[in-house]
Amino acid sequence: MATDWRPTASIETLRERARRLAEVRAFFAARGVLEVETPVLGHGGSTDVHLASLSTRATTPAGRERLWLQTSPEFHMKRLLAAGSGPIFQLARSFRDGEVGRRHNLEFTLLEWYRPGFSLDELIGETVALVEAVLGCDPGPPRRRRYRELFRERLGLDPFTVGLPELKRLAGERGGLDMGEAGRDDCLDLLMSLEIEPHLGRDGLDVVVDYPASQAALARRHRDPEDGAWVASRFEFYLEGLELANGYDELTDAKEQAARFAADNAARRAVGLTEVDVDERLLAALAHGMPAGSGVALGLDRLIQLALGKASVAEVMAFATPRC
Amino acid sequence: MASYSTNEFKGGLKVMLDGDPCTIVENEFVKPGKGQAFNRVKLRNLMTGRVWERTFKSGESLEGADVLDLDMEYLYNDGEMWYFMKTDGSFEQYPVEKKALGDTEKWLKEQVVYTVTLWNDNAISVTPPNFIELEVTETDPGLKGDTAQGGSKPATLSSGAVVRVPLFINEGEVLKVDTRTGEYVSRA
Repeated sequence: MATDWRPTASIETLRERARRLAEVRAFFAARGVLEVETPVLGHGGSTDVHLASLSTRATTPAGRERLWLQTSPEFHMKRLLAAGSGPIFQLARSFRDGEVGRRHNLEFTLLEWYRPGFSLDELIGETVALVEAVLGCDPGPPRRRRYRELFRERLGLDPFTVGLPELKRLAGERGGLDMGEAGRDDCLDLLMSLEIEPHLGRDGLDVVVDYPASQAALARRHRDPEDGAWVASRFEFYLEGLELANGYDELTDAKEQAARFAADNAARRAVGLTEVDVDERLLAALAHGMPAGSGVALGLDRLIQLALGKASVAEVMAFATPRC
Repeated sequence: MASYSTNEFKGGLKVMLDGDPCTIVENEFVKPGKGQAFNRVKLRNLMTGRVWERTFKSGESLEGADVLDLDMEYLYNDGEMWYFMKTDGSFEQYPVEKKALGDTEKWLKEQVVYTVTLWNDNAISVTPPNFIELEVTETDPGLKGDTAQGGSKPATLSSGAVVRVPLFINEGEVLKVDTRTGEYVSRA
């Protein structure tokens, strides 16, 4: 008898999951943050070279159109911010092609929220409180770790100043592969994933800050007080070796945003990936004016997985991708 | 042979790596939120038995290895090669070298069925059944009445393997042994 019709999570786990979702809603209700729902499909998609978007064709009053399944609710939520929504949160189903594994599922739930007027530090504080509320315990005081320091500690090199040949040699050696024509960020990502991440969040939350400027995505940049090098104004939360959340001091400059989209698509062309339609309406919203502030996306399935002590995200989802 | 992309990697898949056939033991998808995706893969080299840990960029592919696991009965040894025969009624025989036989040499018994791994139709390894029954050919005399827990002694089996057995076991008895751990299980 086939058993693959069965859920990948137990019914008891799904009850616990529902309880944690209620916890999230209560957390934001108490703080006056509005729950919103934005479309899963959009005319624009993420141009990020490292995110593979799914798309579909749909018949609309405009005819046959290509629509993109959102890799996160970011663009739509920013348009709400520009329209004067004030602080908002969403439990958003998001889609990333090819991402299936112990920590990944093709579709997953992002808890994303935006805080106009919040500094990155204020948002870090609120994210710690949210994580504690969902875990139902205090994981201990969060430690702030600078990206640069982590590389110095674990690998004995400065990721901003080390030469590319040395970086490629080390990444190739640690990963057991030929880095070929890989660039700096590919090498840094590999070393971060293999050599640093597994050690993070082992004694409570680790909050990694000051990423390389080249990894800014939709965050602002600022200068590292150490030597004036440009760094990205973003943070990531780690617990038990798992990347949990990714926060930005949000970029609000429409021109800069348009330039980053164009650069992304140029990079996609260069490596033979399909270009993704740029969200022109987001650019128009930024040009209209989006209040400065911070936002964060948190992988809710992973947080629930940790809260319940499960080994994979599939165990906290009704039907993980292999059984969907 | 077909080639397999990282997203098709799963435990048991046979692929070629650095010229040797390997079996995939474990495949983990690794991806930082905003970075390049990788697959961290553990593979067992079927020629040496060694486990390799390698990283592949997601989407890379490896050529499949023409590897087959077949049930074969052990026949005899002519001093140079060991001969096994397919159990599918074809009576087809395969010679196996000492190197491919490896540790299984000490668990060989005629007419027992083993798993022979073939690569491009050559035997590269032989796996014994999990449990096998073998006769004790040499051990210290059994101690009468000592059936209690505790003591053990070495015993040499007809295949050449030496295992620890309880004190009450005598020469000529047939024992059931776990070939994975090399441990005595019971009298057969």
